[in-house]
Amino acid sequence: MTEYTTNNRFSSFSFIIPALVIFAVFYLYPFFYSFALSLYEGDGISTMRFVGLNNYKTALCLDREWWRSMYNGAFITFLALTLQNILAFALALGVNKTVRTNKIYCTVFFILPVLSEIIIGLLMREILKSDPGVFNQILGKIGLGGFASNWLEGEKTALLTTALVHCWRGFGWAFVIILAGLQTIPEQLYEAARIDGANAWHKFTKITIPLLMPVLSLVFILTILGTMQVFTMILALTRGAGGLTEVPVMRIYNHLRGGRLIGYACTEGVVLGVILIAVSFVTLYISKQMRKHYGVLPN
Amino acid sequence: MRFYSKIICLIVVSVLFVSGCGKKPEQQNKLVVWHWLNDRKDALDQLAEKYTEQTGIEVEFKLFFPPDIYAQKVIAAARAGNLPDIFGILAEKLTIASFVQAGHIPNLLPYMNADYGRWKNSFYPQTLDVVSFQENNTYGAPAGIYGVPIDTAIMQFVYNKALFKKSGIDPDTPPTTINEFINYANVIRKDSHVYGFTCGWGESWMLNCLVTEWAINVMGEEKFLKTISGEIPYTDEEWIEVFSLFEKLRRSGILAPNVTALYNKESEDSFARGKAAFSFNGSWSVNVYRQLNPSLDYAFFPLPAVSTKHPVKVWGGGGSSFMVNAKSPRKEKAINFLKWITAQQQQKFLAKETNNLPAIRLSKEDLPEMLQTTIDDLGKSTHPNVWPHNEDSRVIEALNKGLQQVVMGIKTAQQIAKEIQEVNIRVSK
Repeated sequence: MTEYTTNNRFSSFSFIIPALVIFAVFYLYPFFYSFALSLYEGDGISTMRFVGLNNYKTALCLDREWWRSMYNGAFITFLALTLQNILAFALALGVNKTVRTNKIYCTVFFILPVLSEIIIGLLMREILKSDPGVFNQILGKIGLGGFASNWLEGEKTALLTTALVHCWRGFGWAFVIILAGLQTIPEQLYEAARIDGANAWHKFTKITIPLLMPVLSLVFILTILGTMQVFTMILALTRGAGGLTEVPVMRIYNHLRGGRLIGYACTEGVVLGVILIAVSFVTLYISKQMRKHYGVLPN
Repeated sequence: MRFYSKIICLIVVSVLFVSGCGKKPEQQNKLVVWHWLNDRKDALDQLAEKYTEQTGIEVEFKLFFPPDIYAQKVIAAARAGNLPDIFGILAEKLTIASFVQAGHIPNLLPYMNADYGRWKNSFYPQTLDVVSFQENNTYGAPAGIYGVPIDTAIMQFVYNKALFKKSGIDPDTPPTTINEFINYANVIRKDSHVYGFTCGWGESWMLNCLVTEWAINVMGEEKFLKTISGEIPYTDEEWIEVFSLFEKLRRSGILAPNVTALYNKESEDSFARGKAAFSFNGSWSVNVYRQLNPSLDYAFFPLPAVSTKHPVKVWGGGGSSFMVNAKSPRKEKAINFLKWITAQQQQKFLAKETNNLPAIRLSKEDLPEMLQTTIDDLGKSTHPNVWPHNEDSRVIEALNKGLQQVVMGIKTAQQIAKEIQEVNIRVSK
């Protein structure tokens, strides 16, 4: 009996060994190694000087540029959470009703997330250039020339433009996930509600939103994680626009690139990672509370 | 029984898996060179073939592009102890010092000095200075020569002669002062509907080259170096005057749109297609412009001066240099190959094929026509690798970003001077 159990356990365990090894080697080890490096100063080629938590003190208390990049990332994330996801949700609701053509819409909307971020960035840069920018010329032709602006370098426009391009690119995948979630809601529930006299608003707030809450929280978490780590599109679009559109990952990349700030770059990476983990947990907690509120989860 | 056979299987698979990670057997007659010289790839490959024919030693040039990625690859390889036989270091001098201190690159001085210094004396001294460390240097590296330059570069202004002619400006008299430069650019801009000046200022080091040249012209090299060593603040009046030049450029309206987001490749493309009157670029651009537009009529000229108090210096001397892996079993062969590639015949070939300035002294007739006058300016070159100190990369970052913001019209010269100095104080603590 004992031999059978051990054998059985070993067999079961062997199935997860590859995943465990990959997780440990490619996720856990780099994280802890980054943390270890964040306590040092130097380039990692000859000597590394132990500086304790000095890098953390600099990043958290002294480095205004770091917090500015965090603000930029948070601003883009805020627009992605609201504008991008509301648009995706609205489109998914609309497409969910058009059963015959929804595959066409899915394909069309999903083209953008499939395209490389670099391509999107370069393409939009050509369109949004101030002179002879395609977008500014279109504005002129339709009588809105007064709105023509320096979209990529203006103090008030650069970050907003970057955020909108990011949302434009990203709404497709949120749309697909939300649509998939909508299609799992049984039609009978809507039918029963209709018989009970529920109007469209009641059906939306009492059936669609509560049952979609797990999907929405997934979309929210993925949006936060994905947007706070956006980098390549911005690199191609503005190259940071002198710090106006610099985001945390771009800053980490720039510090790693020189080689001499490897410890500080790791510190920034750890700080960003911890903040994202904390935000993810908060989002999960809120989502759980909302599901309890709507009665999807027991209190 | 089945349990034990599973364990044995697992061990066998693990052993096979791990054994697959071992190093491939080294080939004694093959040298591997890592480089980033995209535009010189064919010429280098041809030289490699020729070397194999002559010596029987195979040379493989492995290209990694863009240079940013290449630079990181070399640093990562050094950290992992996995450097090839020959490689270049695209980083500040402090990083080269780290390579030296870690024992990754050998001192080539004995090889250079052999035969009464024949190899050493064949180079332009400026090209060796950037890969050398003097006695008691501030980087803490032992004195010596740690790299072999294979070409050199100078950062200068270029102008489109055809556009000059179109505006009735003598194409053989480029501007010598900043005011002349702005006037010419504005005239040509209005006459030909092109940009006055384009530059890859999205790559902030291009901005850094230009601000360095102007700073040295305005305050002199001594005061400039005193700023780097911390004796003079960036809020000094002359620094503010230097930063104000970028405000002046912006206000003049000659800058290409979104110039702070341009890659140098885009700027080169724009200038080669005749869309800009002026640009600021390295001497390597001769090859780039030739590839992009062989009929482009243009010429180089030195920095338009701001002041007559101090001489104009040009950012130059540092070109492409190769280092030898000190731990390579083929170290001697690698040095012999570098000796061969910097010999006169190979340097002539490289200069002709790639339109770059050679690292060794050649007669002017052997230089690309466009660069025959440029080589004279090598005597007035300066480069961070020959300065006694390097500025902290965080200060350079603040300076470059600040200048981008000045060009974008977001900040003033005074504001960025204050911000740069704040970073300077913070990092010097």
